[in-house]
Formats: sequence, C-alpha cells, structure tokens
Amino acid sequence: MPASTSLLTTQTSAVQSTQYSNYQNKVARSRATSEPVWVRWTLIAIVLLFLGLFLIVPLAAVFTEALRKGFDTYITALIDPDALSSIKLTLIAAAIAVPLNLVFGVAAAWAIAKFEFRGKSILITLIDLPFAVSPVIAGLIYVLIFGLQGWVGPTLMDYDVKVIFAIPGIVLATIFVTFPFIARELIPLMQAQGKDEEEAGLVLGASGWQILWRITLPNVKWGLLYGVILTNARAMGEFGAVSVVSGHIRGMTNTLPLHVEILYNEYNYAAAFAVASLLAILALVTLVLKSFIEWKVARNAEIDEKS
Amino acid sequence: MFKKAVFKQGLIGALISASVLLSTSALADSSLLNVSYDVTREFYKDLNPAFAKFWKQKTGETVTINQSHGGSSKQARSVADGLEADIISMNQAPDIDVLYDRAKLIPKDWQKRLPHGSSPTSSTIVFLVRQGNPKQIKDWDDLVKPGTAVVIPNPKTSGNGKYSYLAAWGYVLKKGGTEAQAKDFVGKLFKNVPVLDTGGRGATTTFAQRDIGDVLLTFENEVNLINKELGNKFDVVYPTTSILAENPIAVVDKYVDKHKTRTVAQAYADFHYSEEGQEIAAKHYIRPSLASVLAKHKADFKPIDLFSVDDVFGGWTKAQKTHFADGGTFDAIYAR
Repeated sequence: MPASTSLLTTQTSAVQSTQYSNYQNKVARSRATSEPVWVRWTLIAIVLLFLGLFLIVPLAAVFTEALRKGFDTYITALIDPDALSSIKLTLIAAAIAVPLNLVFGVAAAWAIAKFEFRGKSILITLIDLPFAVSPVIAGLIYVLIFGLQGWVGPTLMDYDVKVIFAIPGIVLATIFVTFPFIARELIPLMQAQGKDEEEAGLVLGASGWQILWRITLPNVKWGLLYGVILTNARAMGEFGAVSVVSGHIRGMTNTLPLHVEILYNEYNYAAAFAVASLLAILALVTLVLKSFIEWKVARNAEIDEKS
Repeated sequence: MFKKAVFKQGLIGALISASVLLSTSALADSSLLNVSYDVTREFYKDLNPAFAKFWKQKTGETVTINQSHGGSSKQARSVADGLEADIISMNQAPDIDVLYDRAKLIPKDWQKRLPHGSSPTSSTIVFLVRQGNPKQIKDWDDLVKPGTAVVIPNPKTSGNGKYSYLAAWGYVLKKGGTEAQAKDFVGKLFKNVPVLDTGGRGATTTFAQRDIGDVLLTFENEVNLINKELGNKFDVVYPTTSILAENPIAVVDKYVDKHKTRTVAQAYADFHYSEEGQEIAAKHYIRPSLASVLAKHKADFKPIDLFSVDDVFGGWTKAQKTHFADGGTFDAIYAR
C-alpha cells in the first residue's frame, strides 16, 4: 500500500471515529435510549445483589468454613491419605479424559465444519447427547452395560476385568459427560473461519497433516484451549455420573467431589470444606484462564482488523 | 508440534499411572472390601484396626480393610452389579437377600451361617428432638399430630426409613389396632414428612444442619453420634415401643472365592461376635448380642419394648413385598 493512501485512510478513519464518538455521546444523552437515574441504579443494585448472593457469598462460605478450625486442620484434611488418593484419582481421570476428548473434539469439529457428508446433522445431535442426558443416567448406562447383571459384565468378570466400580468406569463416565465441550467450542469457530485457507494450502500442495498442523489448528488454538479448560474443569468436578459407577471405596475409587460428600456425611465439615476449597480454587483458576483467553482472542481480533 | 509432544507424553503418562494403580490393587491379596451402609462409618473406623491387629497377632499377616459407605439398598445393588465386596454389612436382611436374588453371590440360607441370624449387633429406632423438646413429643402418637414435621429417609432406599415405617405400623398393631388403623396411622405420619432423603445421613443433615423438622427418626447409635458430633443441641426421646433393627453381615462367597480371601473374611465376620468386637459396638451405641457385654453397658441402652420384623410382619420377605415393593402399601400411602 503506497504511503499517501495509507495516510489518507488513517485520516479518514480518525474523522470517522470522532464522528462516531459524537454520535455515541448523543445517543447516551438522548431520552429515548436511556432510563432515569433511579431505574439504572436499581437495576445495577439488583444485579449486584444477585451476584453477591448466588456467587460470592457461597464461594466465601466455602473458604471461611474450610479455615474455621484453623490452617492446621485445613492442611491436615488435604494431606490425609484418602484425600491424596482422591486427588490422584481425579487427576488420572482428567489426564485420560481430556486428551481423548481433545482428539475427538478436533476430529469431529474438523469433519463437521469443513466437509459436507451424509448424516452430519445426526452426528451434531449425538455430540450434544451428553449435555441432554442427566449425568446420573449416564452412570447408569455404564452399570447396565458393564454391571454383573449387564450385557458384557459376566464375560468381563470371567476374564477378571473390572470396569465399573473401578478406575476404568470412572474414566468412561468422565469422558461421557465431557464429550461435547471441545467440539461445541470449535464447530462455530471453524465454520466462521470457512475453508478458504485450507483450500489455498491444498492448492499449494500441502498434505492433509500439514493443513491440520499449520493452518487449521493455529487458527483455532485459543478456542481449543478454552475448550480444554472447560473440559478439564468439568472432568474434575463431575459428581453424578462418577458417583454411580464409583463404588465409593475409600482411598481407592473416590474422586475429589465424592470425597467431599463422604467427609460431609461424616459430620467432618471443616475437612469437607477444605477439600471443596480445592475444587473452588480449580474453578477460580479456570475462570481466570478463561478471561485471559477471551482477552487474548479479542486482542488478536483487534490486531487482525488493524493490519 | 509442541502440542503433539505434550499430548503424547500426557497420554502415555496417564496410561502408565492408570495401569500401575490397577495392578497394585490387584496384587494386595490380603485386603478386604467391606461394603456397608451409611451410619457404620465410625464403628468400622474402630473395628477395622482392631481386627487388623488381632489378625496380625494370630497369623502374622497384614490385612487392610477398605470401606465403602452409602444408602444401604443402593450399596447392596452395587454389590449385585459387580462391586466386589468380600463382606457386606447392612442394617436389614433384605439388602443382603438381594445378593442371592439378583446375582446368586451367596446361598439362600446365608442367615443360618452365623449366630443370631447372622446379626452380631442390633439397634432400634428412637426420636431425636430439638433441645427442650418444644413440641412435647413423647411417643408415636405425637408424631401424627398436625403441624409436627417429621424427618424420615425414604423407606424405599434406606433401612432407616424402612424400620421407621415398620416401627410406626407395629406400634399400632401392638396397641391392639387393626391393619387398617395401622395403615391410616402410617399414612398420617408420612403426611408430616417434609422431605424424603435417600439415606440416613442425608436425613440427619436435613434435620441437624438445615434445621428442617421437629423430630428425626433414626437409629439409636446415630442419635448418640449426632449429639456427640454436633454438640448437645438435641434431646433423645425413647418411645414406649419400637422395632428391633438387626445388623446382619455376610461373607460374599463368589467374591471371596475369586479373591482367595475366604479365611480372612470369615475371621473378620467372626470378629464382630468376639468380646472385643462387641465392646467396640457398645462403645458406638450399637446394641451388642453378647450377654456379658450388654450387661456391662446396661446404662447406655434403655430397655424399651422391642418387636422384631419376624414377630409382627412375618419376616422381611413378606414385609418387603407388601409394604415397599413397587405398588406396595408405601406407594399407596405416599401417593395420596
């Protein structure tokens, strides 16, 4: 772009933006688009009250309850062997479920966003199934399949393979409930981006893998990361489905949320809230990462527009 | 490419750690899994180490006992569905019968294998009221008064609820009432129940933590535990009559044979009947069956007129079928 044109563009855009902000100010001042002060403040107050009551108070309660009996009790609750084993199991379940769903999510989103094929709408519906099914039902499905009274349970028992009431069942249930997150995150993004860049790559002689690694994935990396974070948060926090298939053996098949329930049922409230605070911290970290990614995406978009 | 490498490492790491975890649980052969109901947690926290010590002295072997707790019927169902328990300890015989009915894991006559119908201990249903007994609840009749909120867990899913239901029913019959009067009485009782929790512990939390209800119906041992754990904010009321709640245990034949743990599992079951085991039970306000231990703790167990399920309802199988099966009396009462 020649220098003169570029200067001209900058000038025009500067003029435009002044005009735009004048216009914005006018709109803000005009009676038609704004409410009286008291209405605005009432609405804001209601929202803040709501937020405080339903989000901030419970979160604060978790931490105050956890620390009620002092920091030592808090630490003791977290380094209890049963608590450590539940942390370990939760991490294992997430470490298996997240990568598997990452591969599946990318593959499914790629197929759906970039190709036309028969049964596409059925595939989309199926991906959404875990959102629609109650987690408890998801757990029961696995009991019906792998249980001793189930379809393949007796055969598995003969070969001494344990699926439900053991780690594989917990992993399966976790995978099921976190199934849609990554695909759901990527499909709209990939559809919006279209397939122009991929087609250009193909014309220039790139192989399928090259297109995937050099074009598609870099384009969706923030969306993908966002999906991974959500999947991870859900995988670690899942209660219903895992509760059905876990068997609740202390120190063996209890995940973090199940351990919280057990402690709570033992009237061990301080310890229950201490472990719960770990999950709360996970939620907070997730939120921070999520905001960071959103900010990053917004900034990238701005840079894209400017260049 | 970075992502690919990380992903690969992560997956391999995850698989290795999973397989290590799985293999360790398969190798530890002298470990037992005791699947139990909700309110025995504290009891087994004392009994299990005592047994491990006893077993170590006797045989030199180290035994670890893993525990699983939950609503009794739910737990029994899990075992029938493949949760490989070496020992099952419940608060009512039907929850162990399930293992025969649904999965043939134990013989039909399992109750004949150990003394007292395979029940080393027992308990009964008593009332827990708020301090000072503001509603002046003295006996079963006070529970059906309008305006009294009674907390009972769901009889369909918890032993607690079943015993409470049958205790109320039996109370009317013992007073000389007819079956119809009993049904009417229990119907009125369940009209006063604001929430049906699925397990005993859920009901306790509803009553003690969420401050719902005027009276909680639960096991004698649970009542004493609540007072100990949650401060003496409550009073215990002993009704004139109540039900004998037996706590049966069984060695799960199919699983102990598979795990090759029959000897130690049998010893664990027998340990419940030993003086030491009975003493631990009494300490947790569970009524022991050994006369010597019972005599020692006479003060802890108020003598109330107890009737058994066999006496009044002709056995659990019958009671289960008439009252708690789908379409049974409870469904009819609660649907009204």
